[in-house]
Formats: sequence, C-alpha cells, structure tokens
Amino acid sequence: MEKFSYVNATSLEQVTSLLSESGWGEVMLIAGGTDLLAELKEYIETPKTLVNLKTLPGMDSIEADASGLKIGALATVSDIAMHPTIQHHYTVLAQAAGSVATPQIRNVGTLGGNLCQRPRCWYYRDEATDCLKKGGEICYAVDGLSKYHAILGGDPVYIVHPSDLAPALIALGASVKIVGPEGEKTMLLEEFFTLPAANPFRENVLEPNEIVVEVSVPAPKPNTKSFYLKAREKGAPDFALASVAAVFEMSGKTCQTANIILGGVAPAPWRSKEAEAALTGKMLNESVGQQAGSDAVKDAQPLNDNAYKVTLTQNLVSRAAMMAAS
Amino acid sequence: MASWGEASESRLIGKRVTRLSGKDKVTGKAKYTFDINEPGMLYGRILRSEVAHATVTGIDLSEAEALPGVKAVIPLIEVGKKLRYQGQEIAAVAAETDDIAKDATRLIRVDLEELPHVVTEADAMADGAPEIRDWEGNQSEPNVREEGDLDGGFAEAAVEVEATYHTPVQTHVCLETHGHVAKWEDEQNLTIWASTQGVFGVRNDFAQRFELPANQVRVITEHMGGGFGSKFGPGVEGHTAAELSRITGKPVKLMLTRKAEHLVAGNRPSMTQHVRAGATRDGRLIAYDMKGYGTGGISSGAGFTGPYVYYVPNSRAERVNVATNAGNQRAMRAPGHPQGAFGMDSLMDELAEKLGMNPLEFRRINDPNEVRQSQYTLGAQEIGWHRRNNVPGSGTGVKKRGMGLGSGQWGGGGGRGTEARVTINADGTVEAVTGTQDIGTGVRTVIAIIVAEEFGLATTDIHVRVGDSEPGLPSGGSGGSQTTPSVAPVIKTAAAAAKQKLFERIAPLLEVPIGDLRVGTGTIYAVSDRTKTITWKQATGQLGMESISEGGTWDEDLRQNGAAGTQFAEVEVDTETGALRVIKIVAVQDCGLAINRLTTESQINGGVIMGLGQALLEERFMDPVTGRMLNANLEDYKVPGTFEIPEIKSIVFDTHRKVTGVGEPPCIPTPGAIANAVYNAIGVRIRSLPITPDKVLDALAEKKA
Repeated sequence: MEKFSYVNATSLEQVTSLLSESGWGEVMLIAGGTDLLAELKEYIETPKTLVNLKTLPGMDSIEADASGLKIGALATVSDIAMHPTIQHHYTVLAQAAGSVATPQIRNVGTLGGNLCQRPRCWYYRDEATDCLKKGGEICYAVDGLSKYHAILGGDPVYIVHPSDLAPALIALGASVKIVGPEGEKTMLLEEFFTLPAANPFRENVLEPNEIVVEVSVPAPKPNTKSFYLKAREKGAPDFALASVAAVFEMSGKTCQTANIILGGVAPAPWRSKEAEAALTGKMLNESVGQQAGSDAVKDAQPLNDNAYKVTLTQNLVSRAAMMAAS
Repeated sequence: MASWGEASESRLIGKRVTRLSGKDKVTGKAKYTFDINEPGMLYGRILRSEVAHATVTGIDLSEAEALPGVKAVIPLIEVGKKLRYQGQEIAAVAAETDDIAKDATRLIRVDLEELPHVVTEADAMADGAPEIRDWEGNQSEPNVREEGDLDGGFAEAAVEVEATYHTPVQTHVCLETHGHVAKWEDEQNLTIWASTQGVFGVRNDFAQRFELPANQVRVITEHMGGGFGSKFGPGVEGHTAAELSRITGKPVKLMLTRKAEHLVAGNRPSMTQHVRAGATRDGRLIAYDMKGYGTGGISSGAGFTGPYVYYVPNSRAERVNVATNAGNQRAMRAPGHPQGAFGMDSLMDELAEKLGMNPLEFRRINDPNEVRQSQYTLGAQEIGWHRRNNVPGSGTGVKKRGMGLGSGQWGGGGGRGTEARVTINADGTVEAVTGTQDIGTGVRTVIAIIVAEEFGLATTDIHVRVGDSEPGLPSGGSGGSQTTPSVAPVIKTAAAAAKQKLFERIAPLLEVPIGDLRVGTGTIYAVSDRTKTITWKQATGQLGMESISEGGTWDEDLRQNGAAGTQFAEVEVDTETGALRVIKIVAVQDCGLAINRLTTESQINGGVIMGLGQALLEERFMDPVTGRMLNANLEDYKVPGTFEIPEIKSIVFDTHRKVTGVGEPPCIPTPGAIANAVYNAIGVRIRSLPITPDKVLDALAEKKA
C-alpha cells in the first residue's frame, strides 16, 4: 500500500472537516478496516490520510426500546448478530449479520463499514484492470466472466452490492443518519443506495465530506415474520450469489404487507415491488409463492454467465413466502 | 528375507501414534521457512508481468535503486525477450523491509509491446489463433494409444454412451507459499532455508547454479506448509533469493505472494475429453474411444488417465496438449489421475444406467483388481449402498439425497537413493538421521516408530533429524507417494544393524549367545533365561565413550508397489438453490502396511478434502479479454472450509505387511464419487467440475424443459 498519515478521530466535526479538505479518496475513514485495508493493499484506493473512527466515543451502541432500534455505525457485525432483542424481534437482521464472512471479520467489521463497503467485482479489485467503475472505458463483466455479477439494474456497471445487512435493514424500514459539515440529516436507507445509471463510480449518495453515524429501525409489529435467505457457493466466508431479506406482516396465513429486498443480484439492494405486490393481501401458498418468485425476476437481464441467478432468486423469494406461511 | 514381523508382535508399527511435531505445530514453536529471520536479513520481492503476452522493449531500474532502503535491484528478463503469461518474472528487489521492497518493485519502469494472447483452450485451438510459442504450435502432436480392435468392440456392444467431461485448471494452494531464505556464510558456503519437497534436489540445483561444491550448500526444511507436487526445485524465486543475497552480502527472504502462488507456482492442468464407449448386454466394458485435450499453461504436460482402472479390451485414446498464455503446470497430487478418474467413473455410471445395472455391480464385472473387489463390499456396507435411489432423482422434497462411488489406483512403491544413520549413544539416547523431509506426511514420526519398535523404546525417545542436507545423508524428493516406502526400509535396516552391534557388546556380559537376545520394553533380555534382563540404559552404558552408528540399505522386500482405493459418497442437493452438501465419504484405501495408522488416516482425510475441493469449488478463472487470472486469491478461488467437510470415514484397508505410499491415492476417487452421487440424487448429470450451484440449477432447469 502507499504511505498515509493516520489520525485518530476526536469528534464528528473534526472528521467532517478533515473530509472536507479534498474530494474522494484523499482522506478516508477506517473503522474495522476489513474492506478498506484490502483495497489499500491492492492499490484500489491510495488515500493520503486515514481517519480512525474507533476513537469516537459512544458510536458503537445498540439501543433497543418499544419504538425500535438505534444502532451506532461503529457497532460490530457480531454485536448485531448476537444482540438478544435483534435475534428475537428483528430476525432478518440477526440472520443477515450472522451470515457475514467469518467470526473474526464480524468481530471487527462495523455496521457503517458494511453499508459503505465497495464491490467485490474481480475486475474492480484488480489493480491492473481499468474498469468503468474506476473511471475506465468499459465494464469488463459485459463481455468477460460474469458469474458473480448483476442481473438487475446493472447498466452500465454490473457490480453487485455485497452487503448482507443492507437488504435486511431496508426490509425492516430502516433510516440512516448522516453527518456532514452542515449538520445531520436522516433518510430512508433504501434511498441511501444508488444505481450505476445515476453514478457509476459510487454505490450510495454520500458526499465526500459526509459520514454515516447511525441506523434506526422501527419496531416490527407483533405479527411480523422475517427471514434472511442467502445462497452461496461456500459455507463461509462467502458473499451471496443471491439473497432475499423478507419481512412479512401476517394475519394467519394471509400476508398483510411484504417487504422483499434482494441482495447479491443488483448494484444496490433491490426492492422487488413486483414480488411484494404478488404477496400482499394473499393467502400464502405454493402457487402464490411461485408467482412472487417469477414476478421478482421478470425484468432480470442476465449476462453470459449468471442466468442461474434468475432461477436462484426466484426460488429464494418463493421459499421466503413459504416460510412465512408455515 | 527382511520383514516387518507379524501384526501381533508389533508394539508401535501399525498402531495409532501421535505425530511428534504436533505440539510444536499447534503452539507455533515449529519453524517454517516463512518463520526464519536471520540478523541483518533483507526482503526480496519480484516484479511480475500483468500482461499475458508481450515483448519487453525496455526496463529501467534506476528509480527503484534510488529508493532509500533498497539494497539491490536485478533484472530477471532481457530486453527483447517475450513475456508469455501473467506473473512471469521481470525484475527483483532486495530491501531492508518487505514494504520498501514492494514499493521498489512498483518503481521499476517496464516498456512492453503487447502481443495477442490466448488464455483459454478454446481460444488457443481456434482457427487463426495467434501462435504463442516460438518452439512449437499451440497444440502438440496427438499422443495416441490403441489396444485391441475398436470397431470389433463397438460391434459387440449392446449399449453405447457418448459424452464430454471437463475439469478446469486447479492450483495447488499451498498454505505456505513457495519461498526461501538464502544466506551466504562466505563466498563458498551457501545456506538455504527452503519450503521444498526435496532438500537434496534443491541443494544440488543451487550448487550447480552458483558453481559451488555440493557439500558447501546446505538446505534446511524443518517444517513445510504444503507442496502437493509443486515444490521440487528452487524455481526462479529461489535462484533470485540466492542471487540477491550474493550481491548484497546479506541473508535474503523471498516468499511468494498468494497471487504469485496461483499464477506461477504450478497447477493441475485442465481436461476436456470426448468419449464414446460401449458395453455388452452382460455388463462387460468392451470399447472405449476417447479424444481429449488439456492445458498446462505455456508448457506441456497436460496428460490425464483414460481408460482408467477398469478393464477394456478395445480402446483408443488420443490426447493433445494445448498451450495457453498462463503459468506452467506442475505435478499435483496424483497428476492426471483425479481428472481421468472423474471422466471414467462418470462414464461407468452412464453405461451402467443404459444397461439397467447397479453401478456397483457394473464395476465388479469390469474391475480386475482383487483388492478393490473386497473394498467395494466394505465401502458399500459402510455407506449403506442399499439406501441409494434405484431410480436417480426419485427422492421427494426440495432436498434430495443420492449416493455414488469412484475408484483409484496408485503406485507408491518407493525406491533406492536414501541414506540413513541410526546412532545409539552410551547414555541411552538414540538419533535417527536421514536427508528426507517431512512435508506434512508424518515421516518424522514414522522414522521414530520404526526405530522405537526395533529398540523397545518410545517414539519420544528417538531424536529424529530430517530436512537438512548437512549430515550428508541424501534422500529423494517427496513425490509420487514415495517417501515412506523409500525411507522406511533404510531406517529399519539401519536400526536392526545398530541393535545387532549393541547385542554384540552385551552378549558376553550376560553370557548368552547374541541370537538369544531380544528387546523388551526399555529392556534387553535373554530369551532362554528371563532372569538375564538389563535395562536399555544399562546396556548402552557398556559403550563407555563410544557410540554405535549404523547405516541402512533399501530392502525391496520391505515395500511394495500398488495402492488400490475406492470411495463412496452420499450427498444432498438443494434443488431450489443448487447448493450441494456432501454428507459422508467412505474412503477405503489400501497402502499395505500402515506404519502409523493415525497419520495414514490423516493422509486419507486430507486427500478426500482435496478431492472434495476439486469436485465442489476449485477453478481457475482466466479472463479472455485481459488475459489475467480473475481469482488469484482465496476469496474467489474457493477451497473447502469447515462447513464443506463432511463426515469422512477413512478406512485403512489392510492387505500385506509391506510399505506402500498413500500421499496421493486418496484424492483420486472423490470427484467421481461425488459427481455420481449428485446424479443419483437429482437425476441430471453434471459432466463438468466443479459442481457449483449455477451448474446444478442450469441442469435442473434443462431437465424440466
């Protein structure tokens, strides 16, 4: 990696002021470092300054009450996976957190880092390949090897968003608090992520001088059932070939509302409005589940090597619906 | 005739004995080449090509040389020469820290004129493909083997199968990457710590390369983190380490990066075979016609077995080596066998199905190996073969189970060329020294077992010294499953000779003939008069200021060639996600006399896990556009982890009491057994490894359509 100076953060004001000194990539934030350090070692990023966020006080807490959850951006993935309230009432989130990487990585990786992590695409991660994501001319996945790439929303960069936490949190209706030099703002996490058509170089709406500080999740209604289903090639560590974060409000076997967010298949966590429509107000059974699955992928446009993801995603959505029914 | 004696008489041989180095390994005390740090040591790094094919038009080392902390920069290719694969060496650096060395490699300026590349077999074989080698075309002359009368064979056949089987390039994934620490003691004496499978081969190579007397090069490999056939010579990186050390006058450590390990440190070639075969109505394999090819990168050597194991009277096999712009293949655990076995065992099941015959029955008819015939019975019983689906894919539910089997055959008979010395000191201590190396097989413990058995001592009483050329007791490289069958007979005869010498010293003392003496447990006694017993230490005390030190000879009667094995797999396939879980593998493996039953089982476990990786996960992805390997890491090059490893029932199948190597054979039958089990589970055949969810889902979709 290139040399950089290292600053321990003392306050959010100091962090945003340091970030404001330059554009993307000069000053970068580090918490768990499980993604960033790999990028530095591979020369994908070459910041001049790293700001260590772990010295910021109080940003790693998880508060749970009747209104919902507030999770600090520095809470580790393990903290989330092991939290009793999350395990009981926010099942999809605990399952998603538990599916991340390995215990070692979960113990240091943070919520903020997980949401802001960069793509795993093997062209993006190769220093010698000047791909569109990094300012080059083309997305190599289009004519190259695309087994792990996007089937939805790809154009013109066919990365997939690697986060497991993001689909789960979006399915639960989470909001994210962002701090910048002008103060803080809160937005739905769903609106935080962007597609390459809007910005091929970034995966979210953060400005170079902004930082994610907290995620809040409204308490699910008591009749909620939720699941995170993650298909992968290897038990661990492995990123999702496709995943489904599903949150249902049920009345008996009837689905009152459904939130179906797909992971691993699009450059951002992907809400399947089609699947949600197919499930909402329906008595869940096999044919309804299958309809939701096929509706979820009706706009899928696979590349050369990833047509299997269409079937896989379809089956995972159906499976989630059947789990809600049982 | 020398013998290992009867099982009933053995105290240690054939028993389960804990690995002597186990504690050192788990506590981190064991020092691997990676762990060697010498005072004043420099770090070596190699700049490698990122393009698959180019002519070097200029190299400028000056910026790298000017970086503070850099002690040497050397070119490894001449201007005007061609780079023929990603990872090929361009220049090397020695610096005070590894980070400086890495920074320096990035300051080396290289001018290239890029040339068209081919990195896939299809691209290399296409009409008008660019020729990537000056010395030979992209495709070798076909290697053809014929037996019997093929047309006559097919005329007799009642059923025929025609299919194409494929296995991709696989890399060795040695957990300790290739590398060396080189240290010139003076101008004429070179010490090398090497992560190698062949201490003496490496010594002789360095001696030749640097024009030194062989006895002035010392190579040390105390512990080694995996080779699997890829670590027999110093390679460019070894020579470079020694050269950088020579130039700087300082020790130099140069270990490959994980990326380089994938790119240049060897691989198992790919295999694509198109085969047509026929069997008679009564189940005899009668005709086999195969055309196949594979790539081992820029080199040759992409061979594979076929027909394999089963008897076929009429056959023709044609193989072509295809060159691609990729790093050279090297021997990898049973070279040619696992990929050939996968093809053959898949074919056997396809033929059996056409005959309406149980695949096990079909093998019984066609396998001439008597050992395996018995193994079939045992393995089928252990897995519960009767539980398999009579109709493939007939299980109900989303998750479907199935069973399959596969077979393998290996040599492993050992050979001459090992010198060893067993020494008994007056204080009762014992040393056993030889120039072999323990590459994880447990030969250190095997040596201790043999000597301890001979002397009536415990394995921990024996000081075993291996992995060092300095004592001047050569042994061969650890390859071909040859280590134990090569070393064990020499150690056995050396220990027997030393014991004889000791008996000669104490027979007069006990006033009995030499032939009357026996070892007990820590004692020596007269068989005719048990009151005449002395302890081991009393006996060795007779030596005074002397020691007994005896060499050994390789005794052909103590080893045997030929190891038969068969494996049964049970798998579960999630038909919605394509996820494949191996539930159980039963591995029945013959290796003659297993000197240490525990480490033999470990060898079988390791072979099965490696075979499972080939079956389920491992594949090198080469990008046709950029010419680069896309998964030269351990994230996208996937190897089995704890979640993938099933229950493994490793059965050491006792046959004769002669030593046969077992390092390679247990990885051979696994992919075929798993592939056949997948077919039995879901009723669609996947003819291409690895069997990943995408292939399972695509195959199921095709079946449905």
